[in-house]
Amino acid sequence: MPDITHAATGDRPQRKPKRPKIPRTEIPCQPAKQRATNFEEVTLGYDSDMAMLEASRCLLCKKPKCVLGCPVGIDIPAVVRLIAAGDPAGAIAKLKETTSFPAVCGRVCPQEEQCERLCVLGVKQEPVAIGRLERYAADWEFAHGASAKPQTAPRKGKRVGVVGSGPAGLTCAGELAKMGYDVTIYEALHKPGGVLVYGIPEFRLPKAIVARECDYVESLGVEIKVDYVIGRTLTVDQMLADGHEAIFLANGAGLPSFMDIPGENLNGVYSANEFLTRSNLMKAYRFPEYDTPIAVGKKVAVIGGGNVALDAARTALRLGAEVHLIYRRSLEEMPARGEEIHHAEEEGIVFDLLANPTQIIGDADGWVKEIEVIDMELGEPDASGRRRPVPVGGSERRIPVDVVIVSVGTNANPLLTKSTRGLELTKRGNIVADEHTLATSKEGVFAGGDIVTGAATVILAMGAGKTGARSIDRYLQGQPLLTAEEEEAILASSPVTGVAS
Amino acid sequence: MASGPPGRVNCQRSRSAPLKYDAADCKKRDMYRILERVDYSDDVYMQVIEAPAVAAACQPGQFIILMIHEEGERIPLTIADFDREAGTITIVVQAVGTSTRHLQKLGRGDSVSNFIGPLGMPSEIENVGTVICAGGGVGVAPIYPIARALKEAGNKVISIIAARNQDLLFWEDKMREVSDELIVTTDDGSRGRHCLVTEPLKELCEAGGIDLVYAIGPGIMMKFCAKTTQEYGVKTFVSLNSIMVDGTGMCGGCRVSVGGETKFVCVDGPEFDGHLVDFDLLMSRQRQYLSQEKESLDAYLLNAAVTIDA
Repeated sequence: MPDITHAATGDRPQRKPKRPKIPRTEIPCQPAKQRATNFEEVTLGYDSDMAMLEASRCLLCKKPKCVLGCPVGIDIPAVVRLIAAGDPAGAIAKLKETTSFPAVCGRVCPQEEQCERLCVLGVKQEPVAIGRLERYAADWEFAHGASAKPQTAPRKGKRVGVVGSGPAGLTCAGELAKMGYDVTIYEALHKPGGVLVYGIPEFRLPKAIVARECDYVESLGVEIKVDYVIGRTLTVDQMLADGHEAIFLANGAGLPSFMDIPGENLNGVYSANEFLTRSNLMKAYRFPEYDTPIAVGKKVAVIGGGNVALDAARTALRLGAEVHLIYRRSLEEMPARGEEIHHAEEEGIVFDLLANPTQIIGDADGWVKEIEVIDMELGEPDASGRRRPVPVGGSERRIPVDVVIVSVGTNANPLLTKSTRGLELTKRGNIVADEHTLATSKEGVFAGGDIVTGAATVILAMGAGKTGARSIDRYLQGQPLLTAEEEEAILASSPVTGVAS
Repeated sequence: MASGPPGRVNCQRSRSAPLKYDAADCKKRDMYRILERVDYSDDVYMQVIEAPAVAAACQPGQFIILMIHEEGERIPLTIADFDREAGTITIVVQAVGTSTRHLQKLGRGDSVSNFIGPLGMPSEIENVGTVICAGGGVGVAPIYPIARALKEAGNKVISIIAARNQDLLFWEDKMREVSDELIVTTDDGSRGRHCLVTEPLKELCEAGGIDLVYAIGPGIMMKFCAKTTQEYGVKTFVSLNSIMVDGTGMCGGCRVSVGGETKFVCVDGPEFDGHLVDFDLLMSRQRQYLSQEKESLDAYLLNAAVTIDA
């Protein structure tokens, strides 16, 4: 890394030596070798000095672009300014005006594609570490005890049901509670948090943080009912008949996809969903202290290149396996976050790139023995703009493995949608919801998050939760879901800029 | 209320502050009470558990998932009976591993931390004519509500209940009540006919007039029941008991092969056409965690012994 500090001290003459160039403040991490054997958080967070130094790098743009990159529109410059001034309490208050879960977003948001991508400082240097600052403010609040409860409106005496307690559901419920509605969240699993609990591993997002965020939502007056499978324990129609005046469906992405290759039902082949759920939700990484087992063996192949694939790979590594990540394109096309790829490489994950599984071979007991892959090369760009991987004929080879984890995406779960009358679905089984209001084809029912978009990010789901809450509020007050100005703005701005995608 | 009695809120924190959420506090939470336990043998026991929301919604053929405590597994169990008014679910369990051994120790006054359901698709109950309901081992429990529903729908119900020996037999009276004819078999001849379940099944199919068969029990029993009926072309439903985690389609751990297609037992099943199920794959996948299950059980038993000593 170039020593920018040194360069800024005057070795090179500068025309406008307005402000000293401060390099982006590195976030302290557990050393790679150490963290590869434990489930504690990888990054340790800024202390106050680091945070103030990093915040002081902000150029305080008159027209801040970073805000445009935030799916929920946080007033980022104000937050950064407060941190620079040594006022983390002010910063967290500012954050909470817009986002309910800064401790989560500061850790798992892809800031490099959002706010930080648009940071003006990033043109010539590295952008301000907005995500790390957000995390700092949130962690400071937790470390310093009781958080100030936001003002809630007088109770309206109207009941709203929210299905799912992931990022979309929690956000929507929190917003509605602040507006004065009586909100109940129905969660199918035995713990609230959705993907934050079953999907994202402890070493990226400690579960104690998720629990505190859920407690916060409950402190706003939201009731969270776990063990409720909507579509089975209770249907959406029953919820409506039961006195819920509006419903927000945020039940998530759902069913894991498999590759449809021979050997996928062998013992030792997991979906990433199952592998991560066993480890994260059921705490199988602490077996036999916890009762749920998990199999890793000596060598694990993880198929896929998304964040979920990397989470599964790094979990298997921590459970003691040698891990190969098999991805059919090259590192450049990999959809996972740069930081996660970097961390995974440091920890010793082997990247088997430009390779695609063709079959999984079992032993006499029905257990995985080998995986056969074929080499790929990149051809012309496909619909996604990425170069299409093409198999290289005759390049099949076999890798001995004990466990295979398939992480090639998810399909919509039909459990809720099948049991709900009058709910329009896409061909893929996702719920059709208006892009701007999240209204579905069913009266009083709104939907957002992965069940609408397919698997996406935590922050987009939170954005959907906010939109859903706003629409439900207007719906219950008998107002049009969009104001005249909003309609106009939508018409004027189409096609949508797509900054957040 | 349209949806019947309200389900229980599975934690007290929605009613009282403070709102901490960790394993220790979970023990204080409001749980699902066990109202009754009856031991049928050293290994097989019945429990009646209070779960009003599940009892209000469940249908024959569906299952539940329960967790004994925060550190426990989610274990799927088929619903053996239900009482909507009392808000209870009855389960019959064979103690084999850590969780089922632990659950065996719990009785009236105890509770489990989580009870989720109903899960899976209900049985398709229609009046088709004459139906055989064959239950093997603890499979007698889930076949009972199906037999009852088939009888209520107007079918002639012939039931076969089978066990290794007479000590392992249960619910003979209950099954007789909902059947036009009841056949009991034991492997050792200690009660009823001295044969396997497939023998009377074959005779009945041979005699003709059978429109449908339900066979529920261990994988090997269902495999051979399906093989028997296939010869006579009698449609046969089996209820599969694969390993699962969430039970809502999210993990895919319960996948089985039916007619060459991969299906999820938890959302597509648990009942499938027995003539299309790959039973060998099912049974192989059921053995996936044998070594860990043993390790866990050994640790549990050791711990239990230490607790008793102290």
